[in-house]
Amino acid sequence: MDMIKDKTIVGLTIGFAAVAILGVFVMPDWLLSQTVIAFARALAVLGLLVLWRTGLVSFGHALYFGLGAYTVAMLGRYFGISEVLITLPAATLVAGGIGFVLGFVIRRYREIFFAMLNLAFSMVLFGILVKTESLGSTDGFSVEQPTLFGIGTDTASNKLVVMYVGICVVGWLAAVLVHRYLQSVLGSLSTAVRDNEIRVEYLGYSVAEAIHGKYVMSAALTGLGGGFMAIALGQVDPESMVNWTVSGELVFVTILSGPGSVAAPFIGSLIFELLRTYATEILPQGWQLIVGGTLLLIIFFLPGGVWSIISKAMGRKEAEP
Amino acid sequence: MSPILEVTGINKTFGAVTAAKDINVSVANDEIIGIIGANGAGKTTFVNMVTGWLEPTTGSIKFDGRDITGMAPRRITRLGISRSFQVAQVFSTATVFDNLMIALGIAETTSILSALRPLRRAGLEQRADLLLKRYRIDDYRDAVASTLPQGVRKLLDIAMAMVSEPRILLLDEPTSGISVEEKFDLMDIVMSALKEEGVTVLFVEHDMEIVERYVDRVLAFYQGEIICDAPPSEALIDPKVIEFVIGDEPQGQMMREKAALHTGSGETSDA
Repeated sequence: MDMIKDKTIVGLTIGFAAVAILGVFVMPDWLLSQTVIAFARALAVLGLLVLWRTGLVSFGHALYFGLGAYTVAMLGRYFGISEVLITLPAATLVAGGIGFVLGFVIRRYREIFFAMLNLAFSMVLFGILVKTESLGSTDGFSVEQPTLFGIGTDTASNKLVVMYVGICVVGWLAAVLVHRYLQSVLGSLSTAVRDNEIRVEYLGYSVAEAIHGKYVMSAALTGLGGGFMAIALGQVDPESMVNWTVSGELVFVTILSGPGSVAAPFIGSLIFELLRTYATEILPQGWQLIVGGTLLLIIFFLPGGVWSIISKAMGRKEAEP
Repeated sequence: MSPILEVTGINKTFGAVTAAKDINVSVANDEIIGIIGANGAGKTTFVNMVTGWLEPTTGSIKFDGRDITGMAPRRITRLGISRSFQVAQVFSTATVFDNLMIALGIAETTSILSALRPLRRAGLEQRADLLLKRYRIDDYRDAVASTLPQGVRKLLDIAMAMVSEPRILLLDEPTSGISVEEKFDLMDIVMSALKEEGVTVLFVEHDMEIVERYVDRVLAFYQGEIICDAPPSEALIDPKVIEFVIGDEPQGQMMREKAALHTGSGETSDA
């Protein structure tokens, strides 16, 4: 309904189409692979954005990132399923399902307790994976070559192009859906819950249920991102998928991106990925110094994240209503 | 006619403190009731119990014949009892218009599917604009709620309580924090709007002039008990009310001025 009139959706469609076309015809392979990784992370950041708008920050979403990644990897390893049309929805469902179960506990907490409880749950999964030798313990294991519609790709370069187009399509779809969600009554509950829980209850809506729904949504998106990441890297291991540093990275990119738009996570993730690559080149032993310094600058000078530069350039308001 | 609200023998204790003691109230449709009492007399506790924020230790509350004792606030709201707050509860980062839009959106939501409809739709926008006019806050339509003057914020709070078109509205100190000069203007707007909507009103108030002017019936609270339940013409000259609620001052104009001054003296609170 009114999809054509919605400027954000038009913008997202043009943006993602342009990025996809540029990628296929112009961009070098290294940039393609960085974009795939960046956009996989962006899906998780999109989930965190929904929570952030509700005034909640999770320091443990690597739990869902890892669940998504391991779901994809384990489906290949134990069931011989490498069809992405099965593995990626499965990753989304598993993460969303676990999010739904844990949500009953987590929805009772706010602020630092919410953040840390998530961290605690993610550390439990990390611990289990590290101790599970059949899953390769700390080394993890490799992910089967993915297929799409049952067709595999013969060369690494072809695989990269297919993945790239795939993540552009999924990223676009996720961004459009989350945007529509944020425009809905349920979406508007983000502002409402963040600003005044008492009023929400007295308007006749359960704050706990509102938070629970948003939490499941963020978990599912993060699982999808993790699933993509597993395929992109061709390998899963606890350190790079479930460790608290992964959660930290997601929060980092969320702040870098800003809550202003569903496009922000994709732009922010790409900037983060490139920033880290160049920082590692310039200062191999201390790239964190550059990345951390950048975050400080963002917090001091761009509290609305990189999106605030773009929205200013377009002469728009800071946040969507 | 059967009462719309029937409170029977409710008690509330917090440890050793008794906040409500054997309260019995029967409210008829369309009544306007003033709840008076000194700070800590149990007025807000009463409002909190009727709206589900607190569960009475014993006793029952019936709304339209249905037992609502101990129900969650959101369920009671859905049934048709709304409230405003002593400290206005609004969405502080949203504009006045968006506050009403979100409130209307939630009130209209009956299922997950209806909650997924876009918030900005013509029907809701018209109703939001109507409420803005009815509560005379249309000049502040696009102002962010945290920047509003106290009186406007109070009006927004009440307008938000009315989005669900409740049958009973409880106002917790609608004029607290409002200057003496503005009180009557505010109450005129509120009471005429509420009359238009045809809602039964119970409001907590410290200013006896306001009570005298707007209510049909007074409930006077003292130490968790109702010590007087009568029309204002009787209640405000009741010796017990004067002693325990208004203060043991000489009756007449002087007493009223004193009462008005007392309530104008700043923040009051009874938790």
